[in-house]
Amino acid sequence: MIPLSWYLLVAAALFCIGLFGVLARKNTIAILMGLELMLNAVNINLLAFWSYLHHAQMNGLVFAAIVFAAAAAETAVGLGLIISAYRRRGSVTANDLDTMKG
Amino acid sequence: MSAAQVLFILVSTVTLFSAVMVVSVRRMMHAALWLIVSLLGVAVLFVLLQAGFFAMVQVLIYIGAISILIIFAVMLTRQVMSEKIPQLNRGWVAGLVAAGGLMIILAFVFRDFPGSLATTMGDPSAGDVVTLGKALADPNGFAIPFELASILLVAALIGTIYIAMERKGGEQ
Amino acid sequence: MDFWTDPYLFLVNWLHGLLVGWGLPDAIASFILMFAGAFVLAMGAMLFVLGLIWFERKLVGRFQDRFGPNRVGPWGIIQPLADMLKIFTKEHITPAGVDPLPYNLGPVLAVAAVLAIWAVLPFTISLVGADLDVSVLYVVAIGGLGEIAVVLSGWGSNNKYALLAAFRSVAQLLSYEVPLVIALLVPVMLSGSLSLNQIVREQGVWYIVLAPVAAFIFFIASIAEVGRSPFDLTEAESELVAGFNIEYSGLKFGMFYVADFLHAFTISLLFAVLFLGGWRGPYAEQYPLLGLVYFMLKAGAVYFINIWMRASFPRFRIDQMMGISWKLLTPLAIGAVILTAVIDKLLPGGELLPYGDYVRVGVMLGANLVLVVIAGALMALQKRKHMLQEFPIAASKGFTVRDVSVNRGTK
Repeated sequence: MIPLSWYLLVAAALFCIGLFGVLARKNTIAILMGLELMLNAVNINLLAFWSYLHHAQMNGLVFAAIVFAAAAAETAVGLGLIISAYRRRGSVTANDLDTMKG
Repeated sequence: MSAAQVLFILVSTVTLFSAVMVVSVRRMMHAALWLIVSLLGVAVLFVLLQAGFFAMVQVLIYIGAISILIIFAVMLTRQVMSEKIPQLNRGWVAGLVAAGGLMIILAFVFRDFPGSLATTMGDPSAGDVVTLGKALADPNGFAIPFELASILLVAALIGTIYIAMERKGGEQ
Repeated sequence: MDFWTDPYLFLVNWLHGLLVGWGLPDAIASFILMFAGAFVLAMGAMLFVLGLIWFERKLVGRFQDRFGPNRVGPWGIIQPLADMLKIFTKEHITPAGVDPLPYNLGPVLAVAAVLAIWAVLPFTISLVGADLDVSVLYVVAIGGLGEIAVVLSGWGSNNKYALLAAFRSVAQLLSYEVPLVIALLVPVMLSGSLSLNQIVREQGVWYIVLAPVAAFIFFIASIAEVGRSPFDLTEAESELVAGFNIEYSGLKFGMFYVADFLHAFTISLLFAVLFLGGWRGPYAEQYPLLGLVYFMLKAGAVYFINIWMRASFPRFRIDQMMGISWKLLTPLAIGAVILTAVIDKLLPGGELLPYGDYVRVGVMLGANLVLVVIAGALMALQKRKHMLQEFPIAASKGFTVRDVSVNRGTK
């Protein structure tokens, strides 16, 4: 009923919107939110391919589960870094966090 | 247009609309709330893909934990950026062109991909939780990625606590 | 089946036949019936809250050696109705500067998150809203949505204290979600399925006998998840001025109020499903209505204990609350899971040993008691160490923490 290409297009659109968010936003937390959208698009893609083409194998599901875990870990560490940087530098604008010193 | 197709179009419209809102609203708190709507939409898409377990995991992890983390971070860093200035940086046109170009390329790729006209999903009983659990614990299956993912999570846990801890008294 | 053995299924089939007879296709008739069922369930739950509020107020009054409400109607039965009328007709005072969408969405999401749990509870053998394969995960995920409701209302109120209270509340909810989920793993392991329906069907022996430690942890953690006393720091009058729902009045506050009571009863229902055997009882399979009665009685007993705890204990401080979750409940829950997993795999089933089922029950119960003893010994050891650190002279003379009254609050 629903062709696979529809799911792939939705996932691609979500990925591109997330990509725009990462490339074009000033606030670091907004960049992280764009990153979350991209990871979700990847998950939709994986599960769509699993559901339509390789339903019998668990590869797709396990891959998606690992992506969930990696995304959660990366968001937690990223937000910890942002809060720590905010405490030192006083700014969350990506432009201002431009030196590794201090 | 069957009911499933109508539902799919509705859900994907909501998801994509809230994703556009995430990347374009000025107030960060609103962006976080639109992100929650978008993640809920993705969870419903997972249900439509017969991956009910992952829909629950999506709501649990992304909305129940990661979104709250993002909201906390937004609130802790709130006074810094005035919210009246535009939120897009200088190179946003290039970003738009890059994202748009990628979308067009992907659309062409999907048109030529052989399997993308498949319309039937597999047997619903083949992908249930028990099979996934057995695959994750099986040494010939996916036990090693599973263990590596848990090591990754422990490393992230310890790293985040260390990074976010205050230097002076160890007060968290 | 006829009307007397199973009225619910009889009614559903009769309605279905009626709708199909009027010319509707089969799928649409099923959809309409499901929609009607969901509507009836939600309405029933909200109306049931009136009875719950009355029960709680009378009971708390009796614990405090006074009558509860007894003016309005015989035994004060109409009191919650009067409260409802008052809340409906109160003015909605919206403070200046609120963000309209989160402010209005908060109470709605709070009630919705609680009602959504009722959709997966198995009420009797034939009455389940949605027989999901992963209903245990669904219940935990819906709890996460409830946390979002707290954040929304705290932030949308444009009030520093509401925001602070919302933060504290979310910290409490997140901390207690960890032992809750880990303790939930124990009935899942014992029954082999994530589905609440399946967990009830597998309970030949109630799981509270097989896993009392997990039941205890689930009970305490779920009371903290609801935010009831003694964990109601975030909505206490003396702290942070009634918490994240300060700026709400009228029906919006009524929604939080209803959500609180309904959530307390919902976790009693969950406890009954997971650990007390749900609708199981004598003759519950032949007469499903009897199953519903057993279920409500069991949930009512757990709710009674809930109210009893509320009326008896003083409230915890925030650091004591966090300490209980992270230092006591989480390690105990992890220990219980490991114990259950090991014993469940080592012991063969009922056919291979003589009296196999009784052996299994006995060994699990014994192992849980051993875990409790070990936990108690570790806690006593830690208290002794703390005593030696803080009060070396008193400790060498043999006093315990109880006798040293000066710094008791900081322990």
